Order: sequence, then C-alpha cells, then structure tokens
Amino acid sequence: MTIDWLAFTPGAALIGGALIGLAAAFLALTIGRVAGISGILGNVLPGAPAGKPGAGGERGWRIAFLLGLVAAPGLAVLSAVPIPPVESPVDWPWLVVAGLLVGVGTRIGSGCTSGHGVCGLARGSLRSLVATLTFMGFGVLTVWILNHLLQVPA
Amino acid sequence: MKAIAAFLCGLMLGVGLIVSQMTNPAKVIAFLDIRGHWDPSLALVMGSALIAAFAGFAWVERRGRPMLSGELALPPRWPLDRSLVGGAALFGIGWGIAGFCPGPALVGTAALSVDAAVFTVSMLAGMLVANRITAAAASGRRTFTREPSDSAQ
Repeated sequence: MTIDWLAFTPGAALIGGALIGLAAAFLALTIGRVAGISGILGNVLPGAPAGKPGAGGERGWRIAFLLGLVAAPGLAVLSAVPIPPVESPVDWPWLVVAGLLVGVGTRIGSGCTSGHGVCGLARGSLRSLVATLTFMGFGVLTVWILNHLLQVPA
Repeated sequence: MKAIAAFLCGLMLGVGLIVSQMTNPAKVIAFLDIRGHWDPSLALVMGSALIAAFAGFAWVERRGRPMLSGELALPPRWPLDRSLVGGAALFGIGWGIAGFCPGPALVGTAALSVDAAVFTVSMLAGMLVANRITAAAASGRRTFTREPSDSAQ
C-alpha cells in the first residue's frame, strides 16, 4: 500500500465531512430522525412498511430532505463551488448491477454510508458498527478482486 | 417548519458530499483500493462528520425530544441479525463496483451525470424489490407467530 499524496484532499475532506455531520446533527435535533439517505429514500417508495414512527408514512419531511439533497448541485453552481467529476470507472452494465446491489443491500441491511457510517457510529450503535465494517470490508474486497485479481480495465 | 428544516439538512448534506468530493466515484474507489495508490480522504470525511454528528445526537438524546417533532425515533442499536450483515455485504459489493452509494448517486444525478442517473434508476429498482421482500417476510412472520397464541386460547 502506498498513500497517493497527490490525490489526498484533507482540507476539502474535513470541511465537507463537517457539513455532512452538521446536517445529520440538525436533522436529529429538529425532527428527531437519522439522516440515512437509503432509509429516507426507500421509505417514500411504494411498499415501505407504514405505521411505525421513523418508518414509512412520514412522507413530508422525507421528500423535503430529498429535494434539498438534489438542490445541492444547483447551489454549488450558484455559489461557484466546483463540482468534481461524477464519472464511474465502470461501464453501464456494471453500473446497473451495482445499483441493484446497493438498492437491495441498503434496504435489507437497514442503512448506507450516511445512516450506518455517520449517524449510527455517532450514536454508538453496535448494529451500525457491524454494518459499516461489513460494507467497508466487502467494498475493499470487491475493488481488490476487480482491480488487482481480474484487472478489469478501468 | 419541519419541511424547511429537512430541506436545509438535505441541502447541507448534499453540499458536504460535493465539497468533500465524495460524489466522485473514482475518489471513493481510490479509498477502497488499499492495495493500489490509496487515497485516505474518505476516512477524514467520515471522521469529521462523526464528530459533528456525535455532538448533535448526544445533545438531542440528553434533551429527550427534538425541537420540531413530538418524539425522538432513532433506529435500534442492537441486536445483530443476518439481514443486517447480508444486506451490508451486498451494499459493499455494489459500492466497490461502481463507487456510488445512495447519497452521491442522487446528488450526482442532480448534477446531470449520466453514470449517476443509470446507477440511481437501477438502485431505485433494487429498493422497490427489497421493500417487497421485507413486506412479504414481515407478513409471513406475523402469520407464523399468530398461530401458537391462537391455539392457546
């Protein structure tokens, strides 16, 4: 392993991370829910479990949150914050497979990077710790298999 | 009021993803690629986010109730189960393939990235399927657990 010092962006990472954490903190303080994007999105889609507090049914704030999220690139453009390239190194068939895995996996596993990796860990949740270690581990393993074992051209 | 607060939280989170460059799948994959040229940025993003989120959750849990809503409804911290670990494993594989997780996929789609849009459509399909699976499993569990109490009466 060698650290890629040229690619490393510590300042942007710390500032951006603080904004992500503050957003999660404010959502908890104001509405009392975790800022887990897969949960917020999955619970406004058809078939989500309804009735329980924090589960499906609370459509209003969830849709408002998602609208705010997708308004972010617009605000970035208006305030001249550069938007880094959004291009995956893999082709469309891989993107389709990956999307399905992420969609199914985050719903069955009750969370993604924001819900488990930020909110859950910040709350000292054992479930989120195990989930985060699992998806990080499988992510590392997958990249290792694709980039180094099979050497799939990126 | 709740909608405004939620909108602003979503906006701030989205800007955070853009500023930290986590909307760039190549940057995420460079973090997961510990055997190659490793980019530790994602670890700093998470660390920084964790500190701010920790303060927020500690405050609201001590306060007992949130400011704009009647009750604090946070997910359970335990116990562990197979769907948690299995789901997280599937998510990790997809994350490693494409470098997108749900937040960056949505923000990237809104930034008019075709890659992010393709991924997002597929991810929504996956979520719909998973919602069906969990709903079917839940109704199956209900009928299963109802039987013993019925026979006891």
